[in-house]
Amino acid sequence: MPAENTLELPGQGTLVEMTDAGVRRNGRWLVRGVDLSVRRGEIVTLIGPNGSGKSTTARAAIGVLKTDEGRVRRAHDLVVGYVPQRLTIDPSLPLDVTRLMRLTAHASDEEIEAALEATGIAHLAREQAGTLSGGEFQRALLARAMLRKPDLLVLDEPVQGVDFAGELALYDLIKAIRDKTGCGILLISHDLHVVMAETDTVICLNGHVCCRGTPELVAASPEYINLFGGKAAQSLAVYRHHHDHTHLPDGRVRHADGTVTDHCTPEDGHHDHHDHTREEDHAR
Amino acid sequence: MLDDFFTRALLAGIGIAVLAGPLGCFVVWRRMAYFGDTMAHSALLGIALALLLQVNVTAGVFAVVAAVAIALLLLQRRRGLSTDSLLGILSHSALAVGLVLVAFMSWVRIDLTGLLFGDILAVSKTDIAVIFGGGAAVLALLAWLWRPLLAATVSEEVAEAEGMAPERARIVFMLMLAAVIAIAMKVVGILLITALLIIPAATARRFASTPEQMAVLAALTGGLAAAGGLFGSLEFDTPSGPSIVVAGLALFLLSLLPMPGANGRKEERR
Repeated sequence: MPAENTLELPGQGTLVEMTDAGVRRNGRWLVRGVDLSVRRGEIVTLIGPNGSGKSTTARAAIGVLKTDEGRVRRAHDLVVGYVPQRLTIDPSLPLDVTRLMRLTAHASDEEIEAALEATGIAHLAREQAGTLSGGEFQRALLARAMLRKPDLLVLDEPVQGVDFAGELALYDLIKAIRDKTGCGILLISHDLHVVMAETDTVICLNGHVCCRGTPELVAASPEYINLFGGKAAQSLAVYRHHHDHTHLPDGRVRHADGTVTDHCTPEDGHHDHHDHTREEDHAR
Repeated sequence: MLDDFFTRALLAGIGIAVLAGPLGCFVVWRRMAYFGDTMAHSALLGIALALLLQVNVTAGVFAVVAAVAIALLLLQRRRGLSTDSLLGILSHSALAVGLVLVAFMSWVRIDLTGLLFGDILAVSKTDIAVIFGGGAAVLALLAWLWRPLLAATVSEEVAEAEGMAPERARIVFMLMLAAVIAIAMKVVGILLITALLIIPAATARRFASTPEQMAVLAALTGGLAAAGGLFGSLEFDTPSGPSIVVAGLALFLLSLLPMPGANGRKEERR
């Protein structure tokens, strides 16, 4: 979609690039000042509390939402596979799982079978999509997005409703898709503290980019390994962090030391590091 | 053969029903029943304006109905009033303005009952040509647009993200709906067109497991209802539109009867 602020990326390897992007709705900034890029073969994970603009950012990146400021650039002829956060199928629409797979992709029977096999729902191929459980439906949506052979896979909380063992298997699958096809992946984690270990960049949002970095530092966190065991730590990493500053209603920021500034940037000296916890995020 | 008024009505009725079935499926899936009703009601305004400006009635109806649909799309973007209320306002206002205009035009004789409820005596050879020509064009367009339209019906967001241009699909769909209303008006009547869109689709739902199956079944059910209704209309001297709708209703009620093997069963599993 050729929005005015959408330009094609000339460079190789970069699939999507957002520069100082912001989305405003009804006079309120949902998210602002986002710099983000996803390169071929890269996994970028967005985390953040509810209402922090994760979905908004992902949707702006692929052009479902228009940005109100900043710039979004996408690679030429970018093929996107999208698993949205919510999708309900109207009960009046008969749609079996196999037909759902072909919604936007031209896929052969063998490809569909393989995708359903990979996501562990091959036995549901003839079931009506509307009758699947939450976890089964998420797997179907992932299979559907895979089948497009996308350059960029955008997954908005792909493992919601999936049990823990299934979650690990799906993360393994996502990694395998990346390894096999070399696509870029923009993933939104439904859990503030858990991201895939293979994530190259974690971006924490809270109406703006709070912090970013590799999850390695966090993967070794002893609490996490104690909690889930060493095997889980290979598939998942915990990225614990506190928010040492509070966003005031007028947009200014109050820091842990009591000072108030207009913005919060890692360079302003008010942030110590990201290793802290917010209680309300645990409440989920 | 076409010299017999009843053969003409039968051909017209079945042609319209076959066209309305697949389009009606989208009306049902997208929860646009009231939207379709509003568009159909504005057809009377189209007739009045066409007579006033002395242009082709079918073209006039298409233009007015399409304009109302586009106006609705634009109004929906402005938050404030719910779509439901907007439709309530537009639906009845369009009908009322049409009726008032027709009443003012004392110099033309208009068979109002025929317009509102359909008239099998009114179908001319030209109408048959319009129904089959226009109908074939609309069905071809629908087949071409099927994939993006269905993707947008499941999820506008996914369709947008995956390059299916849902906005364009929606506008073309509105125009197709306007075309169906314009060509179905004479046989079914303005007040009952929506029923021909929705009832066959609802009847087909239970027996279909893919959208394509449902569209084909809706076309067949609609055709059956049109034929049954028109024979009834001839036999009992009842207006054609209501007779077709009653036949459609009977089929729908039959489809509700418990039947082993129908898809409705499987869904009760969970």
